[in-house]
Amino acid sequence: MNVSLLDPVKDAEIRVSSDGSSVSLCGVTKAFGRQTVLHGIDLDIPAGQFVAIVGRSGCGKSTLLRLLAGLDQPTDGRIEIDGQATGWRDSVRLMFQEPRLLPWQRVVANVEVGLSYARAAADRRRLAIEALAQVGLDSRATEWPSVLSGGQKQRVALARALVSRPRILAFDEPLGALDALTRIEMQALIEQVWQDKGFTAIVVTHDVTEAVALADRILLLDTGRVAMDVTVDLPRPRRRGDPQAAAVEGRVLDRLLGR
Amino acid sequence: MQRALPWIVPVVVLLLWQAASQFGLLRDQVMPAPTAVAEAFWRVARSGELLRDIEISTWRAFTGFAVGGGIGFALGMLNGLSGLSEKLTDSTLQMVRNIPHLALIPLVILWFGIGEEAKLFLVALGVFFPIYVNTLHGVRSVDRQLLEMGRAYGMSERAVFRRVVFPGALPSIFVGLRYGLGIMWLTLIVAETISASSGIGFMAMNAREFMMVDVVVVSILIYAALGKLADSVARLLERTCLAWNPVYAEA
Repeated sequence: MNVSLLDPVKDAEIRVSSDGSSVSLCGVTKAFGRQTVLHGIDLDIPAGQFVAIVGRSGCGKSTLLRLLAGLDQPTDGRIEIDGQATGWRDSVRLMFQEPRLLPWQRVVANVEVGLSYARAAADRRRLAIEALAQVGLDSRATEWPSVLSGGQKQRVALARALVSRPRILAFDEPLGALDALTRIEMQALIEQVWQDKGFTAIVVTHDVTEAVALADRILLLDTGRVAMDVTVDLPRPRRRGDPQAAAVEGRVLDRLLGR
Repeated sequence: MQRALPWIVPVVVLLLWQAASQFGLLRDQVMPAPTAVAEAFWRVARSGELLRDIEISTWRAFTGFAVGGGIGFALGMLNGLSGLSEKLTDSTLQMVRNIPHLALIPLVILWFGIGEEAKLFLVALGVFFPIYVNTLHGVRSVDRQLLEMGRAYGMSERAVFRRVVFPGALPSIFVGLRYGLGIMWLTLIVAETISASSGIGFMAMNAREFMMVDVVVVSILIYAALGKLADSVARLLERTCLAWNPVYAEA
């Protein structure tokens, strides 16, 4: 099912950037023991698109993301990035629900984790500070992670993901643990860096409002299958409470709740 | 005033002790006066005997510690990282751990006589277990999520060890280190008291033969001071290495 909710002509406006990579899944299946979590997923994500994957707990959305990040291997099927089946692991970065910063490293050293250790130290430091500046935390570079707030830690994690200029950035419910206001700020920040850098963004979330606020396209996963594929063609930055956004949200929620 | 508070009790005890000796309530053969102990300290220190004994005791303590602690650390790391190695050795080590190492003294004297090896062996054995157990625990309790993050960010196995596993295990390793230091002095005291021809324990036993109670008390105080010194150094190291941890940061 492929539903374009608004004028299909406008679909052409969806950004296709050369800084991102295209992702293509062909019959991807993942089973853990006897339980099959993903059933032959076929999916094409053009370079630079912002995709949100929504679904109930246990629908397989996090598993899908872990396959893309190379943390797990598919039981069956093929994942290709820019048409390549292998060798793309370094172009994908994953941001977790928790910041997962190393508590024994200063903020700037945590960002350097995102860079290859083959680079020169001064080079690494400079790039890390630049990435911190992008998330507005360059002034906290020499502090320990333990003194930062939850939102600040997640921004450091974003800087760590950005510093190596990934072509695909995958987010696993990155804002799930944040309070409502911090979430909105983080959403704006993620949208802004995505527009700046032009990577392909894939966000897993259970929050449909968040998906509608951020994504070009929403995929609804249900029991390991793509149950709905919605194009969200609304101008950015999107305003909260916009009636068109509310209409999209209502559709997705109805399907999600089985109404 | 606040800073003087902890010192009030020791000072009062010292004064009472001095007074009790002065008025004949404490006989010199039981417990010499603090001033007599201080005199005895000065006497053995000036003769050079004290320094020599401290030197040999410290050497024994830290050599034994390095050997036992080194092996304990290596095995703890190995068993924490490798399931095969853990299955192979851990249950054996846990069984041996239940033998009090000081119970081996008669056997150790039979094996090594009363030479240096006997004391080093006992210290090494005593120190081994706390270091081993705490290192293993530290490696095992490293945050799985951080390990996964390291792999997702393309760290090599070596980088994961250096940047995630080792620093993550360090707080627990320090617990083992401080516990091991305590056992190190305890073992050495026992070993030197039973069989030695030099060292602080020997100095104490020798003084006992000549009823020099003041020198015996000096030896005991020297042991206490050395133990305290080692613990303070370990604490300082801990605070420096674990500055990232809010638990240690405030001091």
